[in-house]
Amino acid sequence: MNRLASAFAKGHAALVTFITAGDGDTPALLDALVAGGADVIELGMPFTDPMADGPAIQAANLRSLGAGTTTADILAMAKAFRARHPAVPLVLMGYANPMTTRGSDWFAAQCAAAGVDGVICVDIPPEEDGELGPALRGAGISLIRLATPTSDAARLPMVLGGSSGFVYYVSVAGITGKQQAAVDSIADAVARLKAATDLPIAVGFGVRTPEQAGAIAASGADGVVVGSALVELVGQHGAAAAGPVGELTRALAAAAHGAKAGA
Amino acid sequence: MTEAPLPNSFRTQPDERGHFGQFGGRYVAETLMPLILDLEAEYRRAKADPAFQAEFDDLLEHYVGRPSPLYFAPRLTEALGGAQIWFKRDELNHTGAHKINNCVGQILLAIRMGKTRIIAETGAGQHGVATATVCARFGLPCVVYMGAVDVERQQPNVFRMKLLGAEVVPVQSGARTLKDAMNEALRDWVANVHDTFYIIGTAAGPHPYPELVRDFQSVIGKEARAQLLARTGRLPDLAVAAIGGGSNAIGLFHPFLDDSSVNLLGVEAAGHGLDKEHAASLSGGRPGILHGNKTYLLQDEDGQIIEGHSISAGLDYPGIGPEHSWLHSIGRVEYTSVTDKEALDAFQLLCRTEGIIPALEPSHALAAVAKVAPTMAKDQIILVNLCGRGDKDIFTVAGHLGVTL
Repeated sequence: MNRLASAFAKGHAALVTFITAGDGDTPALLDALVAGGADVIELGMPFTDPMADGPAIQAANLRSLGAGTTTADILAMAKAFRARHPAVPLVLMGYANPMTTRGSDWFAAQCAAAGVDGVICVDIPPEEDGELGPALRGAGISLIRLATPTSDAARLPMVLGGSSGFVYYVSVAGITGKQQAAVDSIADAVARLKAATDLPIAVGFGVRTPEQAGAIAASGADGVVVGSALVELVGQHGAAAAGPVGELTRALAAAAHGAKAGA
Repeated sequence: MTEAPLPNSFRTQPDERGHFGQFGGRYVAETLMPLILDLEAEYRRAKADPAFQAEFDDLLEHYVGRPSPLYFAPRLTEALGGAQIWFKRDELNHTGAHKINNCVGQILLAIRMGKTRIIAETGAGQHGVATATVCARFGLPCVVYMGAVDVERQQPNVFRMKLLGAEVVPVQSGARTLKDAMNEALRDWVANVHDTFYIIGTAAGPHPYPELVRDFQSVIGKEARAQLLARTGRLPDLAVAAIGGGSNAIGLFHPFLDDSSVNLLGVEAAGHGLDKEHAASLSGGRPGILHGNKTYLLQDEDGQIIEGHSISAGLDYPGIGPEHSWLHSIGRVEYTSVTDKEALDAFQLLCRTEGIIPALEPSHALAAVAKVAPTMAKDQIILVNLCGRGDKDIFTVAGHLGVTL
């Protein structure tokens, strides 16, 4: 079983945590996430034009780029993480241009060499899969697709086909870190996705508190994704953010891991 | 001289997936994909619907003021001492630029799709004004995203939009200019897909926008081609247009693409110079993915987007419409660039020779014409798209000329 599959096979919902690479002390933050109980780590690749992100992650992107973070730096952070945490799955999340600018084969090979398990690319829908999908699959890297409230029954097979690792359900039609969807609608969507795929379903966008994380875990989701709330702590505490980030992660993990589906 | 595409036509792009060669496409978040597909299906139906075309034509004639005149510029021709220079006078349109052609088409599409709220991005404010105008005309609420920096330097257009009933949202994210306004419009759209139509201002963005904007703007080239044939019995030797995103240029060029005798020249903004800050995506960029399409972009080696610079706020966008990238790659259109200084000189030349105050955008086309016209014979014809009037730019120009208003 690969690292991603193992993370979703622990008998409880997985906590998936996101931070932006190069924003704050990334190695210390990653260690705090793991120590706090995160099951999957999403490491954001900063981009000048993060169209799908709300103010918190936009600001994190600008802080990181302002500090001079390069793609080489991010890959080095990933490689160092893999050396420190051999069993914890690491997913790179970001936008198409930085991922494809040196060619998708280059990117896929670099991901494989750095021990990256999966890639989430916000602005490559299944219609443009050729841009990145074949190279990642060829290199044994999971391409994690996003499903949304607007992905109707007609589109779902296309979204799920070629997807691996897990499916990231974007619970609101909107940007990261904003409003939260009703738990009922999330439960319906998760059930609909589970009927269409055997892949684990992780739910994100707008999940900020342990209470929300617990409710989503109880709704039947295999994972809960938290990003903006953690990134905001990095914005507030800068280089000293590992402590507060670890604390929030522990509370989120307790809620996600303790929730019983259907409870 | 036929309207139907030739067997080896340059006018059959994009393919069914929205690709112009390797460019174009649909690089958007999954949330937007179903809507993009709906828009494409509705556009196909509208294109085949004579009633849609009739309403579009009627509004262009009686509301926009089309056809715009074709004007022979005798004193500019004499001053440059070469080819005859003819202007397609799209600066005489209602709202003062070509932007309105596209806005009329898109708002008719929005209404067909049952959308009740309109959003747009704007740089210089011309597209924002045109969008606010058609929203007022059809009674739809309008939100215009504009970089906070542009809001500051384009106050007259901000006030115009407000007079027309639009809400202008200053965008504080990123570099606070046009590309950030487009990011913010996309964020609004993704959160309001159920009721909102995004009127994109140039022939860029995800498929089908580059195609439909081009089709709506092609009225420029279709009219100019017929007018020039009627007046001179021949086609131009060269057609010239300025390029930011490239909607006025593709509108002029597209009807001429299969006329092999017609050379086409697109003029990008070289700003302070191609070795300094500029907005010439083809001359100084390389292919990448931004705002829903693959096209030439100003970017660093990691694919981070670099801000464009031009004296013209309508040209300082770090990308270009994907059809231009394709036409560049196959060599059908030649692309060049002129600096802020050259555009400013051409601006003044036109004021004094023809009594026309052009916008700074077509002043770039004029600067290129000033270079090429003297090298051509006096019986040759250059067709220039005068895509906007200069009223909005007098403060900028005064500033550069050291005049305080």
